[in-house]
Amino acid sequence: MSDITIKPDEQVPPAEVPEMELFHSHSWWTTYVFSQDAKVIAIQYAATAISIGVLALILSWIIRIQLAFPGAVSFIDSQVYYQSVTMHGMIMVVYMLTAILLGGFGNYLIPLMVGARDMVFPFVNMLSYWIYLLATLVLATSYLVPGGPTGAGWTLYPPQSILTGTPGYDYGIIMMLVSLILFIVGFTMGGLNYVVTVLQARARGMTLMRMPLTVWGIFTAAVLALLAFPGLFVACVMLLLDRLAGTSFFMPAIVEFGEHKNYNGGSPILFQHLFWFFGHPEVYIVALPAFGVVSDIISVHARKNIFGYRMMVWAIVAIGVLSLVVWGHHMYVSGMDPTFGFFFAITTLAIAVPTALKVYNWVLTLWRADIHFTTPMLFALGFLVTFLNGGITGLYLGNVIVDVPLSATLFVVAHFHMVMGIAPVLVIFGAIYHWYPKITGRMMNETLGKIHFWITFVGAYAIFFPMHYLGLLGIPRRFYEMGQTAFVPDSAHTLNIFITVMALVVGFVQFIFFYNLFHSLKNGKPSGGNPWRAASLEWQTPETPPGHGNWGETLPVVYRWPYAYSVPGANQDYLPQNMPPIKGEHII
Amino acid sequence: MQQSAEENVEWHRQKLLRLIADWSSDQRSFKTASWRKTMMWIFLVSDTFIFSCFLISYMTVRMSTAVEWPHPSEIFALEIGGQKIPLILIAIMTFDLITSSGTMALAVNYAYDKKRKPAAILLVATALIGAAFVGMQAFEWSKLIHEGVRPWSNPFGAPQFGSCFFMITGFHGFHVSMGVIALLVIARNVWRGDYDVGRQTSYSHRTGDYEIVEVMGLYWHFVDLVWVFIFAFFYLW
Ligand code: HEM
Ligand SMILES: [Cu+2]
Repeated sequence: MSDITIKPDEQVPPAEVPEMELFHSHSWWTTYVFSQDAKVIAIQYAATAISIGVLALILSWIIRIQLAFPGAVSFIDSQVYYQSVTMHGMIMVVYMLTAILLGGFGNYLIPLMVGARDMVFPFVNMLSYWIYLLATLVLATSYLVPGGPTGAGWTLYPPQSILTGTPGYDYGIIMMLVSLILFIVGFTMGGLNYVVTVLQARARGMTLMRMPLTVWGIFTAAVLALLAFPGLFVACVMLLLDRLAGTSFFMPAIVEFGEHKNYNGGSPILFQHLFWFFGHPEVYIVALPAFGVVSDIISVHARKNIFGYRMMVWAIVAIGVLSLVVWGHHMYVSGMDPTFGFFFAITTLAIAVPTALKVYNWVLTLWRADIHFTTPMLFALGFLVTFLNGGITGLYLGNVIVDVPLSATLFVVAHFHMVMGIAPVLVIFGAIYHWYPKITGRMMNETLGKIHFWITFVGAYAIFFPMHYLGLLGIPRRFYEMGQTAFVPDSAHTLNIFITVMALVVGFVQFIFFYNLFHSLKNGKPSGGNPWRAASLEWQTPETPPGHGNWGETLPVVYRWPYAYSVPGANQDYLPQNMPPIKGEHII
Repeated sequence: MQQSAEENVEWHRQKLLRLIADWSSDQRSFKTASWRKTMMWIFLVSDTFIFSCFLISYMTVRMSTAVEWPHPSEIFALEIGGQKIPLILIAIMTFDLITSSGTMALAVNYAYDKKRKPAAILLVATALIGAAFVGMQAFEWSKLIHEGVRPWSNPFGAPQFGSCFFMITGFHGFHVSMGVIALLVIARNVWRGDYDVGRQTSYSHRTGDYEIVEVMGLYWHFVDLVWVFIFAFFYLW
C-alpha cells in the first residue's frame, strides 16, 4: 500500500511474551482425537454439544405432545414427562449452550481473535473436553439404568428431588449430580485457559480495548462461570451426600408415604441459594458471549463500526458483576424477608440499565448503516427482537408483586425461553453461518440459510409468544395434565395444539440446517480467507482453515481496533486489524 | 526516612497510573506474572468460592438445625495421661501446617537461587509435614468415628455436625493430599535438574522452570490459609 507514512513497528511496543511452545503431533490420533489444538477441541466441543442438544430438542417434542394431546401417546406417562422436562432443561442450559458458547466458540475464536497461537495450556484444554464428554456420557447413560433419569426438574430442588416418589430416585439423580460435578471440573480447566489466554497471551498491539466484543463477552462469561459454578458444585456435593450418605444438609424431618424418613433439621432453602447463586449468572454465561458475537456480526454485515465500543465493554463487565447479586429473584415465592426481596428486586432492575444500553447501541450501529441481509445478519437481527422481548418480560418478573402470581406459570417459561433459549440459539446459528467459511474454507448455502432462519424465527415466536398469554391465564408450568380445570378456557387448548404443531415444525426444520452444514463441507462455494471482508484478526490468518499454530511463521501485529469499517479516506471499506496505519488515520 | 504526606499520595498515584497503564497495554495485563502463575491465582480465586460456599453452608445448617450443636472444646478434646486436653490435636495440626508453609517458602527461595539440593530437600520436607497433617486428620476422624460420630448421626448433638465436619475437612484434606503428591513430583524434578536442562516435565510436552516451585507454593499457602478459616469456624466457634 502506498500511503503508509510511519514505519509500522514504531507504533507498537516490542514483543514481551515469548513464543509459545506448541505440541506438534505426528500421529492421526493426536491430531484429530486427542488433539491439543484449540481449533480441533472447539469442534469436538461443538459437535458434542449439538448432538446432546438434539436429544434435548426431541425431549421438548415429548413435552409438547403431552401438553397438547394429553394421553394420546401411550408411552408418555407422568414419569416420562417429568424426566423429559428435567433432561430437556438441564441439557439445554448446561450441556448445550454453555458448552458450545464457551467450549466451542471460546476455543475457536479466542486464540485467533487475540492473535495467539493457541490457548496457553493446550494439554489442560484437551483434558477439559474429555471430562466434558465423560460428563455428557454419564448424563446420557442415565437413560439406560433402572428407573431412568431423574425427573426432579432442572432445578433439582430438595427435598423432592431425592425422595422415592420422584422418577429416577434409584440412579438417575445420582448420575445427574455426578455428571454435573464432572462438568464443572472439566469446565474449570477450560475456563482458566480462556481467561489466562485473554489476559496474558495477546498479540503485539492487541490491547484490551482493541479486542472484539466477542472476546469480551466470552472472557467475562468465563470469569463469571469460574465464580458461579462453585455454588452448583457445592450444592451437588451436598445433595449427593444427602442422597447417598444419609446426611441432612438440605433435608428437614419429613414423612413420605406414612414413613418417617431418616432426615432431620436440614435447610431446603440453602439449596436454592446455592443453586441460584450459580443459576442466575448462568443466564449471563450464555448471554454475554451471545452479546459479543451479535455485536461483531452486526458490525461486519452493516459495514459500520460498533456504536459506543467502550460503553459496550463496560456494559458487559457491569452486567457480569451485577449478575452475581441478583439470584434471590428466583426465590421470591420461597418465603423471603421483604428486605431481601427489596434488595434483589432493585439489583435485578438495575441490570436492565447496562442491558438496555447494549440494545440501544446495537440499534444505533444499524442506524443508517449499509445493512447486508446475509444469513448471519438475519439471525443477529432475530436475536435483537427476541432478546428485547424476553428482557421486557424480565422487568415484569423482577418485581416481587408481579412475580408472585406469575411465578411457576407458562409466563415464566415464555420469558426464559425468549431471553435465554431462543435468543442465544439464534446467535449460535448466526455465528456458525458467519464463521463457517473460516473453519472449513467454504460458504454455507445462503438460500437454505434464509429458509432456515425465517422458519426458525417465526416458528419460535409462534411457539413462545402465545405462552405469555397462557401464563397470564394462570396455567402452571411443569404440569403433566390440566384435567378439568374451570379457569382454563377451551381456546387455551386450541392454542396448545397450535404451539405443539409449531414446535414440531421448527424442530424438523433444523434438518435443513444440518443438511446445509454437512453438504457445504464438500460442495459449498470456496470462500477464500475473508469472505465477509471483516476487519478482526481471525479473518487475517495466512491459511484458511488456519493451520496448527494459527499464524504461520510470524505472529500478527495489531494496529487498530476491530471495527474499522467505512473509514474515511481509506481506499477499501474495511481496514484489517493487522494492516499498518494509513495516512491521516485516527487510530483507535 | 519519613515520607511526607504528599510523597505518600504521589507514590499511590504513580502506582495507580502504573496499574492502569499495564491493563491498557498490549499483550499482558499482569506484566510480571507468567501464564502459570496467573492461572494458579485465578484457580485459587475460584477455589476460594468453593470453600466459601462450603463454610457458609455449614453456618447455615448449624443455625437451621433444631438439635444442639456439640461443644467443640469437649468433642475435640484428647485424653492424654488420664487428662482431657481440649483442642490439643488441632493445635498441633495447625502448627504443623503452618510450619510446612515456612519450609515451602524456603524451598521457593532456594529454587530461585538454583540450589537444587536444599530446594528438593525442603520440598520433600514440606510434603512430609503435609502428609503428617493428613495422618493426624485420619487419626481425628477415626477417633470421632470410634466415639460414634457419623456423617448421618452424632451422639453428642446435631447430626449436621458430623456431616459438615467430615465433608469440609475431607475436602480440605483432599487438597492437602493432592498438594503432597505434586510436591513430591516437583521435588523429583528439581533434584534431577530437569529445570536446568530443559527436559519435558509433563504430558503437556512443555519444559518447566524453577518458577513451578513458586506456583506450587501459592497453592500450598492457600491450602494453609483455608485451614485457618476451617479451624476458626469449626474449633473456635
Ligand atoms: C424448539 C425449542 C424448544 C421448545 C419447543 C421448548 C419447550 C419447552 C417446554 C414445553 C418446556 C416445559 C414447560 C413446563 O411445562 O414447565 C420447557 C422447559 C424448559 N426449557 Fe425448553 N424448549 C425449547 C428450547 C429450549 C432452549 C434452547 C433452552 C435453553 C435455555 C430451554 C430451556 C428450558 C428450561 C430451563 C426448561 C425448564 C425445565 C424445568 O422446568 O425443569 N429450552 N421447554
Ligand atoms: Cu435470574
